[in-house]
Amino acid sequence: MNGKDPETVSRRRLFGLAGAGVALAGAGAAAGFGAARASDGPADGVVAFRDTHQAGIVTPAQDRLHFVALDLSTADRSAVQDLFRRWTDAAERMTSGGEVTVNGAVGLNPQSPPTDTGEALGLAPSSLTLTFGIGASLLAKLGLTDRRPPALIDLPRFTADQLEPARSGGDLCIQACADDPQVAVHAIRNLVRMGFGTTEVRWSQLGFGRTSSTSTEQATARNLFGFKDGTNNLKAEDPAQLDEHVWAQAADGCDWMAGGTYLVARRIRMHIEVWDRTSLDEQEKVIGRSKGEGAPLTGQAEFDTADLAAQGPDGEPVIPEDSHIRLASAESLRGVRMLRRGYNFVDGSDGAGHLDAGLFFVAFVRDPGRQFVPMQRALSRKDTLMEYIEHSGSAVFACPPGLSAPGSYWGQALFV
Amino acid sequence: MSRRIPAVLLGTGAAAAVLAGCTSTAPADNAGGGGPIAVNATDTACAVATTSAPAGKISFDITNGGSKVTEFYLYGEGDRIMGEVENIGAGLSRNLIVEVPDGGTYTTACKPGMVGDGVRAPFTVTGNAQRQVDQNTKLAEATAGYKRYVDSQVGALVPKTQEFVDAVKAKNVERAKALFPISRTYWERIEPVAESFGDIDPKIDGREDDERDPGVGFTGYHRLEKDLWVTGLQPDSPAIADRLQADIADLANRTKTVELTPVQLANGAKELLDEVATGKITGEEDRYSHTDLYDFKANVEGSQAAVSALRPVIDEKNKALGTTLDARFADVEKLLENYRQGDGFRLYTSLNDDDKKKMTAAVDALAEPVSQVAGAVTA
Repeated sequence: MNGKDPETVSRRRLFGLAGAGVALAGAGAAAGFGAARASDGPADGVVAFRDTHQAGIVTPAQDRLHFVALDLSTADRSAVQDLFRRWTDAAERMTSGGEVTVNGAVGLNPQSPPTDTGEALGLAPSSLTLTFGIGASLLAKLGLTDRRPPALIDLPRFTADQLEPARSGGDLCIQACADDPQVAVHAIRNLVRMGFGTTEVRWSQLGFGRTSSTSTEQATARNLFGFKDGTNNLKAEDPAQLDEHVWAQAADGCDWMAGGTYLVARRIRMHIEVWDRTSLDEQEKVIGRSKGEGAPLTGQAEFDTADLAAQGPDGEPVIPEDSHIRLASAESLRGVRMLRRGYNFVDGSDGAGHLDAGLFFVAFVRDPGRQFVPMQRALSRKDTLMEYIEHSGSAVFACPPGLSAPGSYWGQALFV
Repeated sequence: MSRRIPAVLLGTGAAAAVLAGCTSTAPADNAGGGGPIAVNATDTACAVATTSAPAGKISFDITNGGSKVTEFYLYGEGDRIMGEVENIGAGLSRNLIVEVPDGGTYTTACKPGMVGDGVRAPFTVTGNAQRQVDQNTKLAEATAGYKRYVDSQVGALVPKTQEFVDAVKAKNVERAKALFPISRTYWERIEPVAESFGDIDPKIDGREDDERDPGVGFTGYHRLEKDLWVTGLQPDSPAIADRLQADIADLANRTKTVELTPVQLANGAKELLDEVATGKITGEEDRYSHTDLYDFKANVEGSQAAVSALRPVIDEKNKALGTTLDARFADVEKLLENYRQGDGFRLYTSLNDDDKKKMTAAVDALAEPVSQVAGAVTA
């Protein structure tokens, strides 16, 4: 629990599970998921909200996502600033397991709608993280284009992009990740509600099953193609690599973003019905890894280094020229790496007899133009995997540094 | 009509006690001390004989010298309706008595064609009438003010529905189609009050696919809407039309004695916006005629009338809320004006997804502060 406000009670205390009981209950629940998951989250289920960097980036990836992109419905800076302040206060409470406001769900004026919607009552903090990002269009609407970071680019059109405007862009974003999907949804729902009149939802995405690990302590998860995803991801345990590839630096040309990062989101629809009719051999060649172990086709174990030069008896590369891991590898991309933090999704069905399923790709990079763009150019032109996927949504946001100073709030640097 | 069980909106004994002694429909013999103020309304002008009056009961005599049906309003801050007369036909005169206890700047308005903001002018009220200004008095004035609004709407609903009914019975389909959204306007503005009489609403405003008790048929506005737009007038259409008028008359009779509490006013304001969110933005309500935007506008006006009646109490409890409400109501009105066509509105089917998204956002933005009103006035 944070110490700022003694009234910030855990939602659980309402139900008589005070003090140590909360921790015990949390530990018991975590044990049920087995050893691999037990170490994923902090023991008390609370990820620090105030830190050097925003939580939800290199903190251990939780299993559930609710991501929302919002548009401003006003150009009034003071209204936006006021909302960001109120959002920050609510976010800090909710990440520590509290309600939007103290006793907001049932303890206030019965003639008023509750200030907290209530569906998280009795639920643990669940490692909730709330990560805030700003789109270039927000700066334009507020007349702050002089504050636009050079790295906050508009992505170019890529080959085979099928982007839907209603799933793309946005003036700002909030990424909620948690162990419990209801906790993530509760957070987004309440923040959206607080924004009515100042912001409106542009698009929103639910995700389940992280597809990347952001810590060496996490096992590599699988995407809906059934393959381990993110084996070579950047990890929290390698701060030098994070400084080089993830965190914006003061020298990058934008003071207010130093210690922040850029979020690239891509909604990637997978034609899983077609994929499922593909032979195992073909699937492994498309990816460049074995499906079971996740080893590169030139190795035995998941973390073996892929030998891109190795040739088979037929003289062809063992890892095919158009395979996914070759095209996406740092070697092929002159050392480009990124921190991936994506999620699987199934948004019901598409009305034509197929599941609307795929990967909600989220990557955090220091410079989208130098990192994401070359990779996506290579993939969209050559990757055999493109036959099974289509990119239906796209957005880029600048995620400012963490709120380590007490009382500081989201987006504060824009208003000073 | 809302798709849920109607909430009972009738006042309790306690509420009636609060209201006792606060009616404002007293005779006009002491009006303003100087006799009625003449208002000459035309299709383009609204000439008020004098632009100021002392606080207390102020009486207006409105004469419609234009060719369009008109309305006359006296507004307070935030377009709070101090008093109004609806449905003044060409060549007719009507009297309006308004109780204005506080001095300040008000606004007079005529609305030729009964659309838009009307022809407005400032009107000054001087001094202050003697009265108790405690909390209960203000709340009682709010409910009494809203009651006057309900009365004025019912007063127009009855003749306007009669015109519609007559057109149906005369098999004048084009005229009936034109009158359908107009007569519904008065209904939609006060729908939560009508819904409080749980048995009337399904008869007047039920949908074809609503579940009904055995032997109870599909009647009311939407049955006639279907006849006019889809199936053509049926042998029983005239009987359905007469039945609608009888149900409206029943409603008018019952509203005479309805007692409302401030919380009911506030919740009524919110429910009208819920109607918009669930019935109009979906195009569900007027599914045959697609005249949903008329209803949309009427729901918003009705919501604003209830909020405006409570405005002095809101201002006392939470000044910022009143300002926010003004701005958000104005945003919705402005958005709706984009869809004007002549004196009416475009068909809902001509709107695209982007239009509907804008409306959803504007109604969400408005409904959130409106939902705070009940808490504010009871705080």
